[in-house]
Amino acid sequence: MADNKDISTVDQPVKTDTNEVVIHIKGLKKSFGEKEVLRDINLDLKRGENVVVLGRSGQGKSVTIQCIAGLLTPDDGELTVFGEDVTQMNEDELKQLRIKIGFLFQSGALYDSMTVRENLEFPLTRVLKLKDQQEIDQRVEEVLEGVGLADAADKMPSDLSGGMRKRIGLARTLIVKPEIMLYDEPTTGLDPITSREISELILNMQRKYKTSSIIITHDLECAKITADRVVVMNDGEYIAEGTYEALQASENEFVRSFFNEQK
Amino acid sequence: MAEQVIPAWKKWLEGIGEQGVFFTRFVRNIFAGGFEWSEFVRQCYEIGYKSLTLVGITSFIMGLVLILQLRPTMVDFGAESMLPRTLSIALIREIGPVITAIICAGKIASSIGAELGSMKVTEQIDAMEVSGANPVQYLVVTRIIATAFMVPLLTLIGDVIGLFGGYIAINLTDDISFYLYFQKCIASIEFVDFIPAFIKTIFFGFAIGFVGCYKGYNSNKGTESVGIAANSAVVTASLWIFVIDAIAVQVTNLLYY
Ligand SMILES: Nc1ncnc2c1ncn2[C@@H]1O[C@H](COP(=O)(O)OP(=O)(O)OP(=O)(O)O)[C@@H](O)[C@H]1O
Ligand SMILES: [Mg+2]
Repeated sequence: MADNKDISTVDQPVKTDTNEVVIHIKGLKKSFGEKEVLRDINLDLKRGENVVVLGRSGQGKSVTIQCIAGLLTPDDGELTVFGEDVTQMNEDELKQLRIKIGFLFQSGALYDSMTVRENLEFPLTRVLKLKDQQEIDQRVEEVLEGVGLADAADKMPSDLSGGMRKRIGLARTLIVKPEIMLYDEPTTGLDPITSREISELILNMQRKYKTSSIIITHDLECAKITADRVVVMNDGEYIAEGTYEALQASENEFVRSFFNEQK
Repeated sequence: MAEQVIPAWKKWLEGIGEQGVFFTRFVRNIFAGGFEWSEFVRQCYEIGYKSLTLVGITSFIMGLVLILQLRPTMVDFGAESMLPRTLSIALIREIGPVITAIICAGKIASSIGAELGSMKVTEQIDAMEVSGANPVQYLVVTRIIATAFMVPLLTLIGDVIGLFGGYIAINLTDDISFYLYFQKCIASIEFVDFIPAFIKTIFFGFAIGFVGCYKGYNSNKGTESVGIAANSAVVTASLWIFVIDAIAVQVTNLLYY
């Protein structure tokens, strides 16, 4: 868990000032039955860096980050987080690691038998084991304001729109201030204004808490705002890598086709 | 033929293995500390409340019908006065526990299976797991212990209501005072009738909760798997109830007679 950092650092972009690698992936493979989803994934995520992953639907982007969080076990390849091999971890070690990793599910994955407030309190009381109700309330308020839903605290997830659910899902992930964030399509299904706000929130997280993030998205504006580096995925491999601007000017037809869509 | 049979057995054995693993996870998490009391209480309420009416109605009808069915034969033998005693033994030893458990299998195992199954499908269980929280402790331990606790309680209530149904049935033709009837019922119940019956309902409750949780927690990710989880939870739990019942009667006979 990252503690509250000094406020004076808030507006200083961290970028990749240290070269510490927090996630190291090499030659990662994963198949489901006959279907080879990940063929050869290679990626190093440095501390404080935002990497955006672009790729068509069903290419295994979600599968990749599920491997990182230990939800799926890869068939082959290296996968270390903070220098430790995720595939070799026992239940307790995995739990300790997961406290430092935030995972935003594509669907939001809110606990639908609990109110929004209970959803947000869940990781605080169950994972960080906070006891002080005042601190809990304060964190809940803060994070709800962050996603622009301060008045939704006592609603049930079923009473929220899809976009609201996604923002609450994001709030629930951010509330523990993780060191690594894995965002699975944080802006899909949101209106342009909210999308932009979410993208800026992601950027802010990075600056404020030195969070390192992998951001899966189809939203080019989100990519443009948040990315220090973009990788493009096709057929279970990363086929191109670079800054947003560099990839936009890429010669590769497949890569270009991503960026041209929007114009 | 063999090509079909062997994979089926292999799958069945794998299933047993997985259930064993799930069971150990459950047991380890009971003693892991941080028992979720409020969720446990909520589950007890849900489970008890959801099934109470149904258990009540069925038990009442069971008591009533049993008396009506038994009566002609008993009258032929001139053993009419034995009716309360016969009913209370049948009800408390066997019919009450089994009927209640079967109803709970239909009502509770399916709803647990469906609930956890849909939590699995919508990635809520994954979300709990990656957050570093303990879904087994929060979702599974509470539900299994709650069913193991509530099914015996429901059975007790069902037994009493069933006896009451019998009282009504007897009073359709004869006249017996409420007090006398219950006195006859209770006088015929001995320790050896009641205790084994009560203990087996704890196992029934455990089986219902365990199967429901196992099927839901391990369901696949697809909308149709919620239905499959609920359905197979009912079938498997019902089967377990009869298996446990058969074992319980053997154990009881060994111990007491
Ligand atoms: N648990 C699983 N079991 C079996 N197959 C799976 C599983 N998870 C994913 N797959 C398969 O892996 C492939 C990649 O899925 P994934 O969810 O990673 O795609 P994606 O790149 O995230 O696509 P999208 O942009 O639509 O979310 C899909 O064909 C999917 O059917
Ligand atoms: Mg996906």
